[in-house]
Amino acid sequence: MSVAVLGNGVRATPEIRCENLTLGFDGHPAVHHLHGAIAPGALLAIVGPNGSGKTTLLRGLMGQLAPLGGRVVSDRSAFAYLPQQAGLDRAFPLTVRELVTLGAWRSIGLFRRVGRDVEDSVTAALGAVGLTGFDARPIDKLSGGQLQRALFARVIVQDEPVILLDEPFNAVDRRTSADLMRLIHTWHRDGRTVIAVLHDIGLARAAFPESLLLAREPVAWGATCDVLTDRNLARADAMAEQWDEGAAECEIAPDHSNTHSAHDDHLGHGDGAIAHVHAHPHVQVTGQPPRQPEPVAAASIAMPQGAKRRSAG
Amino acid sequence: MSELYSLLIAPFVEFAFMRRALAGVVALSVGAAPVGVFLMLRRMSLVGDAMACAILPGAAIGYLLFGLAVLPMTFGGLVVGVFVAVAAGFVARTTVQLEDASLAAFYLISLSLGVAIISIRGSSVDLMQVLFGSVLAIDDTSLMVLGASATVTLLTLAVIYRALVAECVDQAFLRAVGGPSAATHFAFLVLVVVNLVAGFLALGTLLAVGLMMLPAAAARFWVRGLGATLALSIALALAASISGLLISYYVTIASGPAITLVAGFIYIASLVVGREAGWVVGLKPQKHRVA
Repeated sequence: MSVAVLGNGVRATPEIRCENLTLGFDGHPAVHHLHGAIAPGALLAIVGPNGSGKTTLLRGLMGQLAPLGGRVVSDRSAFAYLPQQAGLDRAFPLTVRELVTLGAWRSIGLFRRVGRDVEDSVTAALGAVGLTGFDARPIDKLSGGQLQRALFARVIVQDEPVILLDEPFNAVDRRTSADLMRLIHTWHRDGRTVIAVLHDIGLARAAFPESLLLAREPVAWGATCDVLTDRNLARADAMAEQWDEGAAECEIAPDHSNTHSAHDDHLGHGDGAIAHVHAHPHVQVTGQPPRQPEPVAAASIAMPQGAKRRSAG
Repeated sequence: MSELYSLLIAPFVEFAFMRRALAGVVALSVGAAPVGVFLMLRRMSLVGDAMACAILPGAAIGYLLFGLAVLPMTFGGLVVGVFVAVAAGFVARTTVQLEDASLAAFYLISLSLGVAIISIRGSSVDLMQVLFGSVLAIDDTSLMVLGASATVTLLTLAVIYRALVAECVDQAFLRAVGGPSAATHFAFLVLVVVNLVAGFLALGTLLAVGLMMLPAAAARFWVRGLGATLALSIALALAASISGLLISYYVTIASGPAITLVAGFIYIASLVVGREAGWVVGLKPQKHRVA
């Protein structure tokens, strides 16, 4: 039952609950009526075609994008975030060690001295990602894979119970992927929640016990073997990238997030990682009826009772 | 030796106006150059130009009401400059328009408004002074303003340094860890305005950016680290201002253009012979390591 505790026993891993969450731009949804919970300790891949709202969902979870509807309930102060490399200014004259040390922002802030403990954790993190000796290397002299290793080291220094990774294996070779994947599994064993946006369906199948298949609508959410079926993937491809300027306004439960009793019910059954996937009036869903995959790991069933802190509007 | 003294030192010893000018440009160099380095690293090099024009209507309103007086013009410039910076940032954050486009719009409006206001009342001599400054006619009030600007700049940079670096490198990350991303950005824009107003007193509207951007751009051709770039940019700005003053003293060309031209010469020289990525270095066949 209750919240998972990390290996070092310091901080509890919070649940992340999406309540009828709709995210998007200019009133057009990029993530549409997502409803469900990510249990503490989950190792979840978010997959889907281009433009299916994966990165948008991650930004919504981080609170960097205000929802068009619904909300995210979790403790964001426990989140570590690895943005896409594209947002990083690699020309800036910063060394690898300085970049990784920024991971300690929550403890050093604007002014506090970078103490011995932070220095040690940076050194250890650089070792863990295989960048020992790269301390003084400017970041513009790193290869794509080395930069990604440095950014993973920054996540290690952040040492948060929830880790969100946006396309962590983009432009990274096979060996680096394998090394970084081992790190992710270490985090998983520590009891941390790891959520990764992925392009590589094969990697999701091989290494992630749970998956959320997005195509603007949540197509399926649950155990990876049930979610990433050929049939679901074909449906996702068909549904992706519908951007209709004149699309009618969505009529689905507009004030749902205020009166979420109906779905509290839904969540209360203990099937933590289940999406509320509904047939939608203006999206053509062909074939099978929405299915609810079986619960996955023991961690997914654990429903924290205490962590119902509202952190987003 | 005595020749060197009479050439380089004597003008400052003999004339009070040269000493004032010296103090003024030293203060300006110390404040403006590091701000220029961050502008350059944030790929906002041209923002300085736009903002320099944006402060003009404020200064012009001060001029309209109080004549050619330092404090009203300074205050007006600060208020309007900060307003334009915030407005451009606000437009960028709330509409689809990018910050450079909104800034371009605001600065064009500001520049025409400023010149229009000055032409209501002023002579062309006044207009020339506003546009090109008068470093050799710096009075006590101007000196105070320049000193205050340098002080505020260095203190603020010391406070926001870590956040500013994080903001430049990885804004999404800084926001994710709850760092003061927007506050840092605005504080930095205010610093840009403060230094442009200071530069405006010494070098005039059009050249206020000169001591900000040229030394920063030149420094990048010599050193790699951020600390070294900041230090070198200040040193180059000091060299440019002092030699510019002397050239202006001997050759009787306006001091603002003289200083900016020297800074420009330093930039071009660095571009050609600079150690990091200068042209000459690029021509030499490079040795490489085994790993």
